[in-house]
Amino acid sequence: MSSADFSVLMPQIVLTIFAMGGLLFAVYTGKDRVAPLLLWVTSALFVAIAFWIGTGGAGDGAAFGGLFVADAFARFASVMILLSAAAVLLMSESYMARRDLLRFEYPLLVTLCVVGMTVMVSAGDLMTLYMGLELQSLSLYVIAALRRDSAKSTEAGLKYFVLGALSSGLLLYGASLTYGYSGTTLFSGIIRAIGDGDPSLGLLFGLVFIASGLAFKVSAAPFHMWTPDVYEGAPTPVTAFFATAPKVAAIGLLARILHDAFGGVTGDWQQVVAALSVASMFLGAVAAIGQRDIKRLMAYSSINHIGFALMGLAAGTAFGVQAMLVYMAIYVVMNIGTFAFILAMEQDGKPVTSIESLSLFSRTDMTRALAMLVLMFSMAGVPPFVGFFGKYYVLSAAIDAGLGWLAVLGVIASVIAAYYYLRIVYLMFFGPEGQSLETTRSPVLWGMLVASALIMVVGVVNLFGIEGPAAMAAQTLVE
Amino acid sequence: MDSLISIVTFIPLVAAVILALFLRGDDEAAQKNARYLALIATSASFLLSLLILARFDPNAGFQLVEEHGWIGGLTYKVGVDGISVLFVLLTTFLMPLVILACWDVTDRVKEYMIAFLVLETMMLGVFVALDLILFYLFFEAGLIPMFLIIGIWGGKERIYAAFKFFLYTFLGSVLMLVAMLAMYVDAGTTDIPSLLDHTFSYGTIEILGIQVVGGLQTLLWLAFLASFAVKMPMWPVHTWLPDAHVQAPTAGSVVLAAILLKLGGYGFIRFSLPMFPVASELLAPLILWLSAIAIVYTSLVALAQTDMKKLIAYSSVAHMGYVTAGIFTATQQGVDGAIFQMISHGFISGALFLCVGVIYDRMHTRDIDAYGGLANRMPQYAAIFLLFTMANVGLPGTSGFVGEFLTLMGMFQVNTWVAVVATTGIILSAAYALWLYRRVVLGDLIKESLRSIQDLTARERWIFAPLAVMTILLGVYPALVTDRIGPAVNDLLDSYNVAVEEAGLAASTDVATNAH
Repeated sequence: MSSADFSVLMPQIVLTIFAMGGLLFAVYTGKDRVAPLLLWVTSALFVAIAFWIGTGGAGDGAAFGGLFVADAFARFASVMILLSAAAVLLMSESYMARRDLLRFEYPLLVTLCVVGMTVMVSAGDLMTLYMGLELQSLSLYVIAALRRDSAKSTEAGLKYFVLGALSSGLLLYGASLTYGYSGTTLFSGIIRAIGDGDPSLGLLFGLVFIASGLAFKVSAAPFHMWTPDVYEGAPTPVTAFFATAPKVAAIGLLARILHDAFGGVTGDWQQVVAALSVASMFLGAVAAIGQRDIKRLMAYSSINHIGFALMGLAAGTAFGVQAMLVYMAIYVVMNIGTFAFILAMEQDGKPVTSIESLSLFSRTDMTRALAMLVLMFSMAGVPPFVGFFGKYYVLSAAIDAGLGWLAVLGVIASVIAAYYYLRIVYLMFFGPEGQSLETTRSPVLWGMLVASALIMVVGVVNLFGIEGPAAMAAQTLVE
Repeated sequence: MDSLISIVTFIPLVAAVILALFLRGDDEAAQKNARYLALIATSASFLLSLLILARFDPNAGFQLVEEHGWIGGLTYKVGVDGISVLFVLLTTFLMPLVILACWDVTDRVKEYMIAFLVLETMMLGVFVALDLILFYLFFEAGLIPMFLIIGIWGGKERIYAAFKFFLYTFLGSVLMLVAMLAMYVDAGTTDIPSLLDHTFSYGTIEILGIQVVGGLQTLLWLAFLASFAVKMPMWPVHTWLPDAHVQAPTAGSVVLAAILLKLGGYGFIRFSLPMFPVASELLAPLILWLSAIAIVYTSLVALAQTDMKKLIAYSSVAHMGYVTAGIFTATQQGVDGAIFQMISHGFISGALFLCVGVIYDRMHTRDIDAYGGLANRMPQYAAIFLLFTMANVGLPGTSGFVGEFLTLMGMFQVNTWVAVVATTGIILSAAYALWLYRRVVLGDLIKESLRSIQDLTARERWIFAPLAVMTILLGVYPALVTDRIGPAVNDLLDSYNVAVEEAGLAASTDVATNAH
């Protein structure tokens, strides 16, 4: 343990100290009255640290004997996590303040959650992995039940906690099996223990349990059951948070453990990931069709998108990881835009989430309707919007790795999924007459929505150059 | 770098962006500005595209090529050759007329014009794209404006039609996307000119215990078929077309029939035939018979229609049958005829839908029984409608005749029976088209509601005039088209025949001699 080790860990240390300090500050001053200030400071800090990590100013390399690895992959994922968390925090403010939900714990819990997530994507050891994961999960359980006086929100929190604990148990069981059969918890040790030959049956069991536990966290079918209920029950800003940063962290962690620890037995986990991918793509596409609530619909839509991201991972190549990272970046931007819209949906001053309320929204507000049109087509993967390039990347990664059948199933699922995105466009532009929808006059929400739609259009030129960093990140992971 | 093609392609899109960003309000003046800007942009695009034609050399292969690097190892590459140049001209020629045809729309004019301008860029992009993924991008993106045009400005059943249109074509296209990615992996490039020189393997492979003769080529060919057959549309996946047509506004129908239907045929000539020659040769009988069935079956269905637009929509499917059959004869006459038929059908079907639009605007019904004896009140209209009805039937002297004759000649060389069946389609088309004309235009004017119907306005005359001129001009002087496309088609078929012979299959000309 040296000062070099701590310098690698500096962003996490800064965030943790900030969370503690913020907690003391809020308790001893105005409690919930300082919450808006705390929220803005937290997002500013996230952006600053994202910039710090992104430009390579923060530490590089492995620390604490390989327990913690801050490589290009960790940096790429951390920047995505920090920026999306900052965006979601900013979007939460007006919604929560108007509904008396804005407690000072919220930004601080998000901060702790972000610390957990950055640790997850930088884990080099099963113990680090579990620590990061639990820090993230515990914060999420609390945030999900943030609306303490609402039965639905509490139910969402409890449901997520019980099922989350079960999945953590699965993961721990897998980790202990892996440790038992390889004699080490270090990823670099596990990959050496496996070597090139056949891994022992126990190790494979460990791998499957770990993958199942993580599949729960990314809400891949068939471990997705909690997602729609938690999405619907949690306050909408929290749902927006659930749909973005934790997904990136969990799939990043999955990529890391599959490549860093089990990179030698690609063939063994490829089929597992491919099966998860197919199940998620189809479940997300089919189950969303009947939904009447836009938050539930977004839950199924996220399951469908995770299926596509897993397709990139299933390829088992550096290009596959790159495709997955690009896909997740695009997914996060689209989700932030869509939730910025959902957060602004109102009728008679009350938030609404039913899809029917979107009827003929384009007559009320053309700009927002157009932005949503772009986002919906982008999610469906229709060119020329950026969402298409996400699908293009993962499909070509799959075909490149000889998984042609997976690609064919994927595009069929994407056609089914296109139906419900189209339905939203149809309702907004030529649906039946209904009670008209109002929107909150929040410049932040409007700005996020329009910015995200513009990114989907303008990004066609060069994807804002994320291709290069994503390739580099994938390269360091797969070697 | 010479960027004429990009300029022609993107002028309408730029105009659409200007409309979207800078035109405020929905009053009379704003509507007028939107219409004029759209007209100016489409006309400018047409005039500049004449420059493409002037600089075009039929013997030079791909020309006016532009190339820029892009994301993901892709390139932005556009250009034209003998096969695509006339489709570019067809599109730019028709779009100002389409804008004129919807001059009277008053519901959300700005959005309407934006949709058509975006659509024009996407359609032009399909014809000029020289990169696989760029082609796909334009090919698919055109769905979005068309979905909105049908959905917002369409008729009663517009929602069903819009969804059916979108999902049918989307399913076809994504399978093509998978095939394109497989081609990229196999050939290591998405550049269309290089792919034309690449030979995809055709050794028999086994998938799930099924022997696939023609191997990779057959699989790719089938995936492309899934997309182009829906776009074309070929029997039996044509059912979206009548629904979409009936519900689309007049201008939407014109674009759909005159240009969008050509994307499939263009795709067959650009990809399926030259890139997968062995699979094309193996599966040509399938296409020939599907086309023959389409011609006869949809003609019979057209006979039974009571809605004018539906009748013309079914007749379009029948005419596209000649195109697909012509392409897969892989003979000079057949492919020349297919391209000719597509160009000529662009003028004729566009004009026919406009003819329906003229009386629909006045009476607000497309029911054939609601009309009769229009010649008494509308002599000019009767004359125009007669000209295009005859052209649709394939009367010698109109462009419709040349296309049908050439494709039938191609079919006759390859498979006499298909030619026989297809030819009966001409008789049937005469039956439904003339019967439609008799019921709508001829006879006594006995319906009370029609007593005060007005003849063509000056604007309508100006829309029909260029279409009539082109229909007759191409009918009496077909070399205008065939001289432009001939060399390119000839090259294509030469390499096709070489590839087929290398694969040990009899080239189509030998089949022809055996058939006699």
